[in-house]
Amino acid sequence: MDRTKPIIEIRGLHKSYRRGDIFIPVLENINFDIAYGEFLALMGPSGSGKSTLLNLIAGIDKPDKGTILVEGIDITKLSESELAHWRASNVGFIFQFYNLIPVLTALENVELPLLLTNLTKKERREHAAYALRIVNLDDRMHHYPSQLSGGQQQRVAIARAFVTDPTILVADEPTGDLDRVSAEEVLELMCRLNQELRKTIIMVTHDPRAAKKARIIRHLEKGVMNAAVQTNY
Amino acid sequence: MLLFKLIIKNAFRSKLRTILTILGLVIAVVAFGFLRTVVEAWYSGVEASSASRLITRNAISLVFRLPISYKEKIKQIEGVQIVSYGNWFGGVYIDPKNFFANFAVEPKSYLDLYPEYIVSEEEKIAFFRDKRGAIAGKKLIDKFGWKIGDTITLKGTIYPGEWEFVLKGIYKGRDRNIDESQFFFHWDYLNEGLKKKAPAFADQTGFYIVGVTDPRLAAIVSERIDGTFKNSLAETVTETEKAFQLSFIYMTEAILIVIQAVSLIVIIIILAVVANTMAMSVRERLAEFAVLKTIGFGKWNIILLIFGESILITTIGCFFGIILTFPAAKAFADEMSNYFPIFNVTRETICLDIAVSFLIGILAAIIPTLRAINVNIAESLTRIR
Repeated sequence: MDRTKPIIEIRGLHKSYRRGDIFIPVLENINFDIAYGEFLALMGPSGSGKSTLLNLIAGIDKPDKGTILVEGIDITKLSESELAHWRASNVGFIFQFYNLIPVLTALENVELPLLLTNLTKKERREHAAYALRIVNLDDRMHHYPSQLSGGQQQRVAIARAFVTDPTILVADEPTGDLDRVSAEEVLELMCRLNQELRKTIIMVTHDPRAAKKARIIRHLEKGVMNAAVQTNY
Repeated sequence: MLLFKLIIKNAFRSKLRTILTILGLVIAVVAFGFLRTVVEAWYSGVEASSASRLITRNAISLVFRLPISYKEKIKQIEGVQIVSYGNWFGGVYIDPKNFFANFAVEPKSYLDLYPEYIVSEEEKIAFFRDKRGAIAGKKLIDKFGWKIGDTITLKGTIYPGEWEFVLKGIYKGRDRNIDESQFFFHWDYLNEGLKKKAPAFADQTGFYIVGVTDPRLAAIVSERIDGTFKNSLAETVTETEKAFQLSFIYMTEAILIVIQAVSLIVIIIILAVVANTMAMSVRERLAEFAVLKTIGFGKWNIILLIFGESILITTIGCFFGIILTFPAAKAFADEMSNYFPIFNVTRETICLDIAVSFLIGILAAIIPTLRAINVNIAESLTRIR
C-alpha cells in the first residue's frame, strides 16, 4: 500500500437525480483527492450534494459520470455484489440516527459486520468487546439500544464502524442528533480513531464546531466543490 | 448463530401481529388436517379392501337380491377359491341415532375371507355353533358396554320384526384402517326368520364375496362369474372389492370435491395472512435492510433473514396446529363414530401439513424479499435522515 499517493482520487464526477421527467443536477464535475489518514469535513447548505458525494465515495450510490479510485480500484465499475464485498472490508459507516438494530444488544450490533468475515464466534465476540472498550462502553455491552442514551448509541455505531478495521470511515452528520456534550464526546472519539488508528475519515456536517475537528474542510455549493480549507486542529 | 437470533427476534418484534398470525396458522393447519382426515375417512373402506376379494351383486342394483343357489355355481368357476355371502340387515339398536353397520353373513367362510378381523379361536367356535350368535367390533362393544353372552335386540328396518342375538365374540382390526364398529350374525338365522315372517325374501342374498386364487385373475374370474349368469333371471355384476367400495364414494363425490375445495381455500387464505404479515414486517424495516446492505450484507443474507423469519412463523403455527389436530380429530371421531368409524390422522396428513406450511412460508416471503434486496440504499438512508 503506497501511502504517499491519495487513498481516494475523484475525477470528473457528475450526479443528477430524476424527479418525474426532470433531471436535477446534484454534483457537477467534482475533482479532488483525499490523502491517507485524512480527516475531511464536507460542509455546505442543504441540497448542496454533500451527502450524495459521501454516498458515492462510500460505494452506496453510483455516479452518472466520472471515476472514484479508492486505493487504485475504480469503485464506479464494481457490480452490486462486488461493492457490497468492498464496503464490508474497506468502509465503516456512521449515520446521524445511529441505525442500530433495536433487537440486538450493543455487543451484538458491533458483532454484526464481523459475520461477513472468517472469524470464529469467539474471535468475533472478542473483537466486538474490544471495540466497545475503545469507545468506553464495555459496561454497556449487553444493553439494548433503547437502554442507551443518544451519545452512547452513536458510540456503539462508531464501534460497529471500525470493528472490521476498515481504512475509511464515512460519517453523515454524526453529531446531528446529539446534545453538545455527547457531540463533543463523539467528535473526540473520531479524532482518536483518526490520530491513533490512522483511519481516513470523511464527515458530512452542518455544524462548524464539528467541522473544526477535521484537518481539512471542503465546502460544496450547488454541486460545485470549493477549495479546501486547512483547520488548526 | 447471531443471524438466527436476529431471525427469531425479528419474528417477534410485533408480538401481537406475530401471535395472531400464528393463531391463524394453527387454525388453518387444524382445519386442513381435519378436512384431509375426513376425506381419508371417506376412503377408509377402499383402503381396507383386498385385491383378492370380488363382490358379486345383482346387475340391476344392490337393492335387488341374488338366489342363494348361485353359491354352488360360483364355487365351480375356475379361479374361485372361496365363496361367502351376506345381506345388509339395516337393524336399529334401541334408537336410530345408534346407527352401526350390521350384516347377516355365512360366518365361517366370511371370517376366512376377512383374516383382518381378529377373533379368538374360542369365540369363533362359540359364534359358529350358535345360530343366534353374533360378533361385534371392539369399538361397538366399548360404546354400548356389551359383554359376551349379552342378548342384543335389533329392530329390522328392511326385514320386519325384532331380532334377538347373543353376543359370542369380539373382533379387533388387524390394522388401524379396519372398521371395528360392525356387527355380524348368521345368515341362516335371518333366512329362517324370513321363511316365517316374509317368505318372499327367503333364500336370497344381497351379495356374494368371492376369494380368488390369484389377485391377477380378478378380471377374468369376474367375467367368468357374470358370464355364468348371463341371460338368467338375476344377472350379476362382479367387481373387485375396491371398485365396489369406490362405487359408494362416487355417489358422494360432490361432497368430497367441496371438502377439497375448502381445504384449498383455507391454504389460500392463510397464505394471504402470512404474506401480509411478512410484507408489513419487511416494509417497517426497509431502512434496516438498507443499513445491513450498507455495511456489506449481500442479497443472500437478506434472503436468509426474511425467508427464515417467514418459515419460522409458519413452522411454529404448523407445530401447534399438528399438536391440536389430534385432540380435535379424536373429539370429532368420538362424536361422529357412527358415520366415520375410521377417523385417524395419518402420517401422510401430517407430512402434508408440514409441506404446505413450509410452502406457505416460502411463498409469503418472496415479494417482501424482492423488495428488501432491491431497496435503494441511498434513497432509504435519505428517508431516515
